[in-house]
Amino acid sequence: MNKIFLIIQREFLNRVQKKSFLIATILLPLIFPTIIAIMVYVAKEQDKGAKSEVIHFVDESGLFNPDDIKRYELRRFNGNIEDAKTAFSSSDDFGLLHIPKINLSNPSGITLYTKVNPSPNDINDLESKIELQIREAKMIKFNIDQKILDSLKTNISIRSVSLSESGQEKSSDSKVLFGIGMIGGILIYIFIFVYGAQIMQGVIEEKTSKVVEVIVSSVRPFQLMLGKILGLASVGLLQFLIWIILITTVSSFVLGYLGFDMPQQEMMNQVAAQPEYNSDFMDVMQTVNEIPVFYIVSIFLFYFLGGYLLYGALFAAVGSAVDSPAEAQQFIFPITIPMLISYFALFTFILDNPHSTISIWLSIIPFTSPIAMMGRVGFGVPTIQLIASMVCLIGGFIFTTWVASRIYRIGILMHGSKVNYKVLFKWFMMKS
Amino acid sequence: MNQLVVENVTKRYANHTALDNVSLSVPDQSIYGLLGPNGAGKTTLIRIINQIIDANEGTILINGEKLSPHHVGLIGYLPEERGLYKKLKVGEQLIYFARLRGLSKSDAMVRIKHWIEKFEIKDWWNKKIEDLSKGMAQKIQFISTVLHEPKLIILDEPFSGFDPVNANLIRDEILELRKKGSTIIFSTHRMETVEELCDHIALINKSRKILEGAKKEVKAKYRTNTYIVEHKGIFSLESEHYEHNGHRDLDDGYMETQVRIKSDRNANQLIQDLVGATEIHGFKEKIPSMNEIFIQLVNGGSDE
Repeated sequence: MNKIFLIIQREFLNRVQKKSFLIATILLPLIFPTIIAIMVYVAKEQDKGAKSEVIHFVDESGLFNPDDIKRYELRRFNGNIEDAKTAFSSSDDFGLLHIPKINLSNPSGITLYTKVNPSPNDINDLESKIELQIREAKMIKFNIDQKILDSLKTNISIRSVSLSESGQEKSSDSKVLFGIGMIGGILIYIFIFVYGAQIMQGVIEEKTSKVVEVIVSSVRPFQLMLGKILGLASVGLLQFLIWIILITTVSSFVLGYLGFDMPQQEMMNQVAAQPEYNSDFMDVMQTVNEIPVFYIVSIFLFYFLGGYLLYGALFAAVGSAVDSPAEAQQFIFPITIPMLISYFALFTFILDNPHSTISIWLSIIPFTSPIAMMGRVGFGVPTIQLIASMVCLIGGFIFTTWVASRIYRIGILMHGSKVNYKVLFKWFMMKS
Repeated sequence: MNQLVVENVTKRYANHTALDNVSLSVPDQSIYGLLGPNGAGKTTLIRIINQIIDANEGTILINGEKLSPHHVGLIGYLPEERGLYKKLKVGEQLIYFARLRGLSKSDAMVRIKHWIEKFEIKDWWNKKIEDLSKGMAQKIQFISTVLHEPKLIILDEPFSGFDPVNANLIRDEILELRKKGSTIIFSTHRMETVEELCDHIALINKSRKILEGAKKEVKAKYRTNTYIVEHKGIFSLESEHYEHNGHRDLDDGYMETQVRIKSDRNANQLIQDLVGATEIHGFKEKIPSMNEIFIQLVNGGSDE
């Protein structure tokens, strides 16, 4: 046991003392928000600074009296459409909208002429604009008063409240829960890949440099493999911890700088004092406030470690079987398939429908559960499912570690032999 | 007393038998040459002694005790290729391996200091292995092999990669370690090393041990009663007792002839017979080199 600890310590120090670790750990949490911030800023500036483009329109119906939309200036062209087309093709303007005489109940023939293809968004904007005007024209035609028209418009947003068994009400903004699931799932996905690849590389390096022969003359191959996996796990945990601290510090600094430095609860009270201020923001803040942070973080750490151990052992086995990272590709691919499945499932249906049967099963099967469960956990997972999933994951990584160690003990001593699945199976079956 | 005893060890893989009923006795404080062509099973045997793999059958006794995991501290193993982490600094590397062999950190530091002073490599402490030459790395490897003062040192081709100066340095250290009580097993193809250093040898070929014993005895056993005579003037001896086994001309009319005694006559009688037949300038027994014995046995084995 003592020697496993030595190996864990060595692996830990090997990584942590590297400059690349320091850079990745400190810069990564700063780089992503910075990039996003820059992109948002640039996009906004562009919107603001962009000279609005001109769309001419020829309105034969006499109904159309539009305001400008977004970045387009709508300019009426007086004359017939043929003249307009000629004028348009010799100008630098963006488009020409032709509204012929239309039947209000079945309008057709509205055309937009452009030199470049317009984006779907632009078309949508124009369509809703025209729809609105046609609607109003119809209303007027049916003698409906403008006041009634205005009072018909209502803005609603549904506040979703989850009712727990004990009758406690928890308001939940599904966007926030969605975000938690997405970020948790992506983080686990990236961690498993990055750290799995590091385990594999470490094993290949030890094998090709024959260090492994010196070491396994002092410790059992299983101890070496486990020491390596656990050593890297501790690096991952440290990195994660530093990120949490960094992000908390940086965000509180940024919020303080922007003037949001009051405690959340106080802000809630203030907001609650103004009943009409029942905005989306309030919902988000309420949800954020009611997220059981400790619960989510513990679940994340469990699935992060469990998933990492499960896949880490497989990566170690692959590393032991080959002589170079290039050879490893053929074995890496099947390992990544369940990861990819759960990753795509996360975005296609788990987050949208966290309580569907397939979401539940994906969050219980150990190969997909680390990512799938992160997608579900924010929305509330029945305890029985959570326990089943956790037990399966623990069983799963014990199983993969056992399989991997049987391949590893033989693989690390084999050089230059061509390895395929049949050979791996033979190694697996070999008696020690 | 034997430091290491290998009894009837057999190791089978799916398609072949790597070791077939091999038994060896390595005497205390001997320098024991483990010889054999590539693929004969030497590496497998060394791995079994190092407990890297297990034998299917047979037992191994070290110091009279059955080999078990707590013996790793008694054994030092130097693999043929550099078994070192390329990215790790010399100092950290030596401490790590010493601790894996069971030394405490402070003990390891004291001993490492002693060795790096002896080898005059103090300024390498913070260098990474990848920045050292092959010979330099081999030195570090050697230190790491003997740092825990093992009773049994297993060296796989220890002199490859060394220039003559450093090879001598290592050779002297090996002799010194033997004097202090260690037993050394060499696995090598280099017959000059065997001639020079080993006092016992074993030859493994095709998974079987085909020869073992003290070097002198082995050589005596393979004496062919042949003598090399340097002389002037052609001669011929009675074919009833002698056989001419090769003849070549040397400079200035000198010649060299190999004579094998077929009967029970001895060297003195051969000299007496030669005195009457030619002018003798030199006379010595032709003792087979380890190289010759090796080739003879390995080739002979392949005819079976």
